[in-house]
Amino acid sequence: MMEMSERLVLLLPEIIMLAGAIVVSVLGLSRGSVLRGAVPLATMATLAAALIATVLVHDPERAAAAGLPLPMLGLYGRALVASIGLLLVAVTIGSVDRRLEEAFAKGLAPFDPIRVLGGEFHAFLLFSLAGAMLVTVASDLIWLFLAIELSSLPTYIMVATSRGSRRAQEAAVKYFFLGAMSTAIMLYGFAMLYGAAGSLELLQIQAAFLGGAGETPIAVLGVLMVVIGLCFKITAVPMHFYAPDVYEGASVPVTAFLSFVPKATGMFVLMSILAAVGWSADLDSPSLPPNIEAVLWMIAALTMTLGNLGALLQRSVKRMMAYSSIAHSGYMLVGIVAGPAFGGYDAVLLYLLVYGVTNVAVFGAIASIERRGQEIDSFDDLAGLRIRHPWAAAMLALGAGSLIGMPPLLGFWGKLDLFVAGLGAGQTELVVLMAVNSAVSAWYYLRLAGPPTIAPAGPQADSIERVPSRWPLVTAVAAGFGLFLLPLVLDPISKAASVAGPPPIAAAEEAASTSAPIDPAG
Amino acid sequence: MTLLALLLAPLAAAIAIAIAPPRLSAWIATAGSIAAAAIAVLAAVQFPSWTSEVFWPDEVGPAVFGGFGITLELGLDGVSMLMVLLTVVLTAISVIGSYTAIDHRHREYYAWFMVLESSMLLAFMARDAVVFYIGYEFTLVPMFFLISIWGGPDRRPAAIKFFIFTFLASVLMLAGIVYVASRRAEWLGEWSFRIPDLVSYASTQLTAGEQFWVFLALMAAFAVKTPFFPVHSWLPLAHDQAPTAGSVILAGTLLKLGTYGAFRIGLPMAPLGGAELCNFFAILAILGILAAAMICWVQTDVKKLVAYSSVSHMGMLMLGMFALNPIGLQGSVLYFVNHGLSTGAMFLLIGMVYERFHTKDMNQLGGLASTMPVWSCFMIFFTLSSVGLPGLNGFVGEVLCLWGCFTAEHDTMAGYPGLLGPWYAIIAIVGLILGAMYLLRMLGKMVWGEVRTPAGHDHEHGSLPQDLTAREIGILVPLAALCLFIGLYPRPILESIDPAVRSVLAGYPDAVLRVRDAELAEGRSAEDAPTLVLVEDSSR
Repeated sequence: MMEMSERLVLLLPEIIMLAGAIVVSVLGLSRGSVLRGAVPLATMATLAAALIATVLVHDPERAAAAGLPLPMLGLYGRALVASIGLLLVAVTIGSVDRRLEEAFAKGLAPFDPIRVLGGEFHAFLLFSLAGAMLVTVASDLIWLFLAIELSSLPTYIMVATSRGSRRAQEAAVKYFFLGAMSTAIMLYGFAMLYGAAGSLELLQIQAAFLGGAGETPIAVLGVLMVVIGLCFKITAVPMHFYAPDVYEGASVPVTAFLSFVPKATGMFVLMSILAAVGWSADLDSPSLPPNIEAVLWMIAALTMTLGNLGALLQRSVKRMMAYSSIAHSGYMLVGIVAGPAFGGYDAVLLYLLVYGVTNVAVFGAIASIERRGQEIDSFDDLAGLRIRHPWAAAMLALGAGSLIGMPPLLGFWGKLDLFVAGLGAGQTELVVLMAVNSAVSAWYYLRLAGPPTIAPAGPQADSIERVPSRWPLVTAVAAGFGLFLLPLVLDPISKAASVAGPPPIAAAEEAASTSAPIDPAG
Repeated sequence: MTLLALLLAPLAAAIAIAIAPPRLSAWIATAGSIAAAAIAVLAAVQFPSWTSEVFWPDEVGPAVFGGFGITLELGLDGVSMLMVLLTVVLTAISVIGSYTAIDHRHREYYAWFMVLESSMLLAFMARDAVVFYIGYEFTLVPMFFLISIWGGPDRRPAAIKFFIFTFLASVLMLAGIVYVASRRAEWLGEWSFRIPDLVSYASTQLTAGEQFWVFLALMAAFAVKTPFFPVHSWLPLAHDQAPTAGSVILAGTLLKLGTYGAFRIGLPMAPLGGAELCNFFAILAILGILAAAMICWVQTDVKKLVAYSSVSHMGMLMLGMFALNPIGLQGSVLYFVNHGLSTGAMFLLIGMVYERFHTKDMNQLGGLASTMPVWSCFMIFFTLSSVGLPGLNGFVGEVLCLWGCFTAEHDTMAGYPGLLGPWYAIIAIVGLILGAMYLLRMLGKMVWGEVRTPAGHDHEHGSLPQDLTAREIGILVPLAALCLFIGLYPRPILESIDPAVRSVLAGYPDAVLRVRDAELAEGRSAEDAPTLVLVEDSSR
């Protein structure tokens, strides 16, 4: 395999992120409020540096030699996580430690480094994003597992500390225990894969599965358990039920984070693992182990249907968005079922971008308003929002339009790409189910778009205030413009998202046979 | 360039309205819609394809999503030129007709109206199926806001029902289009969503089973939009609750998106499916004519009455389309225009009464001939046009539709056999008579009879005089003139429709014969299908 120095160059973005996390956590403890206020900016600077590094260090040859089943995923996946991460950080500005900072500023409380959380919060945020980026360049199962955990563990703490209410802590505990269970299931699956293939290296697993290892029961069971474990990350049936409670408990910026980062991580891992066990762009090679495709089909169908039905019943915006997030995972799974040969993976990657930008628009708008310091979380409260907060109302409507898939917004193009992949792969039934589900979803998205823009102001509308920080709204508006403008540059984006070209198996196998696996501990 | 300018003129007006102070909104919208109308007329004057099937201008547009070969290609033939002209005329008239009816949120109202115009024009001019879908689908957004902000008391449920019905169906259409495109890409190795490419591939290469499902998926969208019985239930509600101008556009051009889509994409793309399902849709069309006519008998709300008469008229239109011969299809396309003119005008007239009396209940209104003579003249004129009085436009379209349907199976138009027959036409004529009766009954109640005004009405009409103002007359006169022109001299329009009709029908003679043969073969083996005897008789 590749030299250590080469490997480190490949990991430069993650190294920058981890260094940034340390700087940020120290910066958050400083006495001066200006320095503490610079924490989010330092976080954003780190992300920007990581984004630039991702693009700069990208080298097809190096990626091909890294022993990855999807060598091109590193560029698009990491750039995606870093850019959406930038927007997500901008949405959080002003929400962490807000009460405390106000008290410090007024002199009501002496500065206490134990009580401030901004540094830790942003450091954990960077850790989590670094984990999400790392999964795209992990070449063996152990490494993959550590990257997944690096991405997950900080999110439990982020939920718990996101707002000082018991509901956030309850949500964090739920999230943690269910997350631990799903991780255990996934790890068990990894062990079985190792047993079936005789190697932890993804490419060696790929070679073993090509040689017929995928027909043994242990291999099928292993893949199945990995898929089930990952369902937790992407909020898919049967591991989806935690999402509404956790989303509702966390503060809005953290909910926005949860709706994107774990999902992107899970999708990256799912794509890599499925590519390793036989889901290749080459139509002539053996496909997935028997029944796994059928299981994925069922998961996709159930996820989008249950997500939509659940969303129809909600009165809380965040719970609705949680079910909507479940439904959108179902749509993305259509791309996974379609497989890399028909552009399914590319469609999923494009859809992650679509979904990330749209969610920033919606959650940014919700994060920009409050009533007496409390979040606005019911549809009734949003009625007549446009009178005093026209931009927030417009962004909610735009975001809802994009989530529906209304042309010409970004969401439409994402869905079109999934349609094309699904129909190309012959999954007509699944695509029709997705079409019906998108239409049903219009019902509840109209409740997000309608009352803020249409209804006359209710008695509650006057008491809604803007939060002190302008950043959430500015970010939401930027994302809202993205919904209009990104379709204009769809071509380069979709080219960058084409990661599932024929994998350079030959070259990588050769490289893999000459060097020992990287030891993640050392 | 002309077409791009036509597309962008209303959008530019919408942006200007959003920036300018609200008191200028109506004027900018008027200017924008008149500019669009002027560009469209200019395009019509230099339009070289009035009597040929070649689309103008014949050039490939800029790529929108090159990976899938989606391009912003705009082009017109005779039929789409007519639809563009209808759209710009009705939009300009609706904008001018809204000055006094809209009393709040002017800026948003006129901006959405301009966006709506642009979106409809995009759908009518698109040569790419995805671009067509974008225009078709995006009309939902401005219309949703127009109904739900400026509509009647039940506007919210009406707007949501309108949105969900149409959206659900049109996503299925998108699935059908993508299905054809992906099959084609598999076959040829390159992507294209251009309508002619998809049509030439699908109509020749797809199997009968595939064409059946593709046609069903496409018609699901167009049937809801048209609307067909029994998926029409969103329409009366939406019409009833929409503001006047919204109703005019809804009836005049938005419904035509459905019929135009069926004409431009549905029928030509899957001839085997169209022939197979021809009788099914024709029966739905007739049921629509009859059901709407019966519902009208118990309707006292004038606006709902006209809305249901729309359902009935659209049934007649689709019956002509499914005759599958040039006569029926010509009548059907002419009906696109006729229905837009006369129903649009009737909604305008009802809106004018509503602005004065704040009621749409015909039991509360009567004898308007004595108090509003000018209004009554126009109402009588357009009602007669709508019921098909010879000499006015409605008659020409209806007669052609029925004629096409009547002669379909006898194949009097050499080379275009159809599957419908005299019985379809005869039952439709019953519906036609019922339709004439309920519209005339409405006329009798409102225009003649004893003078009735709503209780509590104090004869104050705000700034409006008792009878029509010059502005109101000014927007009705062009519509009346067009009705009269089409009624007396339809030939130039029919000639411009004909080439498009024949290219739409290109795949049908073979498809119809195949379906007939299949039915005959089935009939011989079963020997108990009574309808087949008719077919055999006719061939002797």
